[in-house]
Amino acid sequence: METPAFLPADRLQALLELLTDDGYRCVGPRIRDGAVLYQTLDDADQLPRGVQVQQSPGRYRLEQTDSPRRFAWANGPQALKPLTFAPHEELWVGELQADGSLIFHDAVRQAEPVAVIGVRACDLAALSLQEQHFLQAAPDPYFRERRRQLLLIAVHCTHPSDTCFCAHTGDGPEARTGFDLSLYETDTGYFVTAGSPAGERLLARLPLEPGDAGRFDTACDEVHAAAARQTRDLPTGNLQADLFARLDHPRWQEVAERCLSCGNCTQVCPTCFCHSEQEVPDISGTRSSHQRQWDSCFSPGHSYIHGITLRQDTASRYRQWLTHKFGSWHSQYGRSGCVGCGRCIAWCPVGIDPTEELHAICTEVKAT
Amino acid sequence: MNTVNPYLPMEAEVVERIQETPTIVTLRLRLTCADARHRFYCAPGQFNMLYLHGVGEVPISIKSGPQHFLDQTLLLDHTIRAVGRVTRALVRLQPGDRLGVRGPYGRGWPLDKAHGKDVHIITGGLGCAPAVSVVHELMRQRSQYGHISVVQGVKHCDDLIWREQYEHWAKQPDTQVLLAADQPDARWRWHTGMVTGLLDQLTLAPHRSLAMLCGPEPMMRASAERLIELGLSPDNIWLSMERNMQCAVGHCGHCQFGADFVCKDGPVFNYPAVRELLGTRGF
Repeated sequence: METPAFLPADRLQALLELLTDDGYRCVGPRIRDGAVLYQTLDDADQLPRGVQVQQSPGRYRLEQTDSPRRFAWANGPQALKPLTFAPHEELWVGELQADGSLIFHDAVRQAEPVAVIGVRACDLAALSLQEQHFLQAAPDPYFRERRRQLLLIAVHCTHPSDTCFCAHTGDGPEARTGFDLSLYETDTGYFVTAGSPAGERLLARLPLEPGDAGRFDTACDEVHAAAARQTRDLPTGNLQADLFARLDHPRWQEVAERCLSCGNCTQVCPTCFCHSEQEVPDISGTRSSHQRQWDSCFSPGHSYIHGITLRQDTASRYRQWLTHKFGSWHSQYGRSGCVGCGRCIAWCPVGIDPTEELHAICTEVKAT
Repeated sequence: MNTVNPYLPMEAEVVERIQETPTIVTLRLRLTCADARHRFYCAPGQFNMLYLHGVGEVPISIKSGPQHFLDQTLLLDHTIRAVGRVTRALVRLQPGDRLGVRGPYGRGWPLDKAHGKDVHIITGGLGCAPAVSVVHELMRQRSQYGHISVVQGVKHCDDLIWREQYEHWAKQPDTQVLLAADQPDARWRWHTGMVTGLLDQLTLAPHRSLAMLCGPEPMMRASAERLIELGLSPDNIWLSMERNMQCAVGHCGHCQFGADFVCKDGPVFNYPAVRELLGTRGF
């Protein structure tokens, strides 16, 4: 690879200004409520500086260091998901006319152009899976509009948390595809590469300096070292076959005794796509809004059918989540639904670690 | 926005309301937009999402068959049992009332595979509704198929709807109709017991037969397994599944059955595709 050009750290603002001039709302990592969240970014100084993140099962803590880096954190609770698949949105509106007839109004709206700075490789992989889900057979116009207006600037991850296992799933920590622009962070600035025509055009307008090959090698080594530091993994072999062959494993019951069925894991998961639809009529009864919001296979309503809840206990809900995410996803989308971001581990209030559950279920001797 | 939105309903009007039993109603619907009527075509076994203003949407199978689409009047029959929040309100609609319809969705019965074969339609309870359209179609193209059996089981004999229809089919050449009720009354002249108890009476030539099943899952599983014992190949058994469906286009995730989305990969499945998970609690 040719040595990419270099953007000195103090010129990051120039990137933001270019994006703003092009009509984008910039979104980037900011600290809120003790977490790194993607929020609107007006100024490069709003980016965290020296903030790192300690994550372990059921635990997420920020740590302030002396590092000058802005992207030295592992992922926060959000992925790109809320930017394309809205947590809650109106799909259409039904209006009852005076003569009793009904008119339906489409609520697909023109999306605003959004540029995200600081995208992680795991989240790019997750976005690609969500694209497969929402844009194949019957393209979802709400998702499609937002995705069309999204510009993605990845930062290769150098500070994975203990919960991360993207190197094992093959999705990170280096962002290889799916971005418009990518940044290799160093203490003094960023090596910049383009991943799309839009990224090329942007790159050409940045106030860049020639990159130093030796320093770029060091930056790449940091990303490789980040992969080597990851310790978690998934059982090897055919997880789909192994899981569906162990539907009666006693571990399902055991994990259910710890699981609160709160659905946090599915809400922070960057690939979970389940959503429920509901009707919100106004008080006059003439206008009714048909909406959708994120749902979870841990909710009782998820498996409701004409008076019956198919998954009444936590064991069957936990089994649904795991057999789907790590099992039937392979049939549906050609790969596992897990990108190794580890969010479900950190944000589980009781610290359940699906990688540990999978090892217990698939690696141990099958129960008789 | 100049795009096709798979979520947007079309307006329809209730043309006729037929009270089948105290809790089952058939709504005969007409799409109000002429263009939508011309475009609409569905295969037996597919379903529509019916929307009641201010209440919500539910998936309901389409009882009308292709014969109803040949003229321009297109009427869509949906037979609905009042069992949940939306269906209890839907069955109260009266002629002239408006509602929303989107569809048709899903994969219907494998009529192409039934060509030249004996076809056995085995249903339980309101499972007869998604199967009626296929029986109509078999009758319309009667010479294309061999022997036809129609087998329907109900809990109480009063639950049997479309009795005249069954009696009419029973009079057709090379057609066998078998009915069962778990709880008969004095006038019940058919079989007493489960629908599976009728399968031994089928005129069954396993090597040239295809079975289509629709009803409660335990009934479908027991019927499929009995048919296999009687010599039918699992590949020649098809069944119609139901799950929670909200989007009907494979996006919302509720209808997943193993790796299948019942709304788009089904609702009609080949038995081997679902045999393993069918009857597993929690799926």
